[in-house]
Amino acid sequence: MSAAGNGVARADYATIGRWVADGARVLDLGCGDGALLQFLARERRAIGYGIEIDDAGVLASVRNGVNVLQSDLERGLNGFDDAAFDVVLLSQTLQAMRRIEAIVAEMLRVGREAIVTFPNFGHWSHRLQVLRGRMPVSSSLPYQWYDTPNIHLCTVADFDAFLAERGHRVLDRVVLSGGRPVAFAPNLMGELAIYRFHR
Amino acid sequence: MPSFSATTGGAAPVADVDRSVGPVVSRTAHFDAPLVLACGRTLPQYDLAYETYGELDAARSNAVLVCHALNASHHVAGWYADDPGNVGWWDNMVGPGKPLDTDRYFVVGVNNLGSCFGSSGPLSIDPKTGAPFGSTFPLITVEDWVDAQAQLADRLGIAQWAAVMGGSLGGMQALDWAIRYPSRIRNALVIAAAPNLSAENIAFNEIARQAIMTDPDFHDGNFEAHGVKPRRGLRVARMIGHITYLSDEQMDAKFGRQLREGINFSFAPEFQIESYLRYQGEKFADYYDANTYLRITKALDYFDPATREGGDLALALAPATCKLLVISFTTDWRFPASRSREIVKALVRKQRDVSYAEIAAPHGHDAFLLDNPQYHAVVRAWFDRIATGMRVGDPLPRANEQAQR
Repeated sequence: MSAAGNGVARADYATIGRWVADGARVLDLGCGDGALLQFLARERRAIGYGIEIDDAGVLASVRNGVNVLQSDLERGLNGFDDAAFDVVLLSQTLQAMRRIEAIVAEMLRVGREAIVTFPNFGHWSHRLQVLRGRMPVSSSLPYQWYDTPNIHLCTVADFDAFLAERGHRVLDRVVLSGGRPVAFAPNLMGELAIYRFHR
Repeated sequence: MPSFSATTGGAAPVADVDRSVGPVVSRTAHFDAPLVLACGRTLPQYDLAYETYGELDAARSNAVLVCHALNASHHVAGWYADDPGNVGWWDNMVGPGKPLDTDRYFVVGVNNLGSCFGSSGPLSIDPKTGAPFGSTFPLITVEDWVDAQAQLADRLGIAQWAAVMGGSLGGMQALDWAIRYPSRIRNALVIAAAPNLSAENIAFNEIARQAIMTDPDFHDGNFEAHGVKPRRGLRVARMIGHITYLSDEQMDAKFGRQLREGINFSFAPEFQIESYLRYQGEKFADYYDANTYLRITKALDYFDPATREGGDLALALAPATCKLLVISFTTDWRFPASRSREIVKALVRKQRDVSYAEIAAPHGHDAFLLDNPQYHAVVRAWFDRIATGMRVGDPLPRANEQAQR
């Protein structure tokens, strides 16, 4: 699954970098060109693998010197042992996946912690466009309804509920707007949500 | 004739004259030190035929070994001045500006022991008898080949390969290098390979061997002494092998149910596929040695590094410290992608540096020999990375870290 290329370009890296311990073993699901893994290798001396289904992403990851494994996330993570990683990452890919529950369960099986980032559908500009009767198009959701890879969009409140219903404990949550953390009304003001949680 | 690959037969590869290593020379290295084989026997002396392309750099750090598959040879790239039509079997991969760029790398191709293209094998003269070894040549294993290749590396002054690379049975050799000579290899490219043969794979090999051994001209392997060759057996062996290298889809696309002339209610070749297989079988019987075929298929059957660790492949691969690139092809049913994923899974379990590309290609097992933009781009990118690393003098910082762990 290629990172769905949503507009908030990599604003999540700095936050993720703070949450990943030095020398951590990481697995990046939908690693695209491997930029996040490169960033984590450089900043946190993290080691690990990226999973990518798209040919161009695999090639770019090889060029970037990242360990990349070509595989379809929808088939699960059965190439990996339980608790093989400190952190499993899913950066701006969740909303493009078919089986959300399955992949979150797999992330928490192979990793001690999961970090998930996604564009917040609850942002006021999206709400306004829906009120006007149109599907939202924005910097964080740059696609038209007919050609979007995003099939499972959710809000910050939706994901809070999703994790709570499954008993997963949220360790950290940051919601960004314009690359800066939002403290007030994050589900209304935030463009990009970043969660760290465990079983 | 459809343009199938060199190793599986079909039309010979056509040299890309502008980007070819050009005319090459086959050399032979003679070794007097005995080589102890897995079967328990010892080769007191032996020859290895090899070719090299490109220049070894001053630090001797840019050498790449290319291992061949079942019936190929050390003639990897270029052509012979006296036989310009004889183009190396991986000429599309190896050459100036090609994915394995001979402007950067010193590439070595070696003919495996027991083969019939210049290295010691059943066709060689046994110094003890003055006659060809024939059936008395020992059975050899992938590990024996790699041990012999290590002797050649010593001879060429190569302490450590920048990479060892191979497809199919060649990929198994690259994997064995990574396991048993970890300090002598920085990268392994394991392409269209498997951690061992499945029962079905062995079954196909056994059919091929039976075809040869039941040919009345086989004479228990001593056919040379009778002045004959088990051509019928070789033909059938080649036909059955060839089918397993192709995909159903590709055979349909190339041949379908096309007829040569029409239905004549006879057993003469009527369908194009029959004619094609007969042609391939004939050609193979001309150039290949039956005793060699028996031995190389056995080497395939025996390869199973996990057995040394009670069947635990991850444990078997644990000694490997190099970076590995594993590549499979979606329509390969001889060594399907699932077999490559087994290798990857085992390496990941041991936290080794590994990348895996699963190439969408219609050509079955043969795809590893053919042009495919994504496949060649990934290999090119891999070698670019190695070269970049060599320039900054710190080739594989992460691999080294792992090695120390």
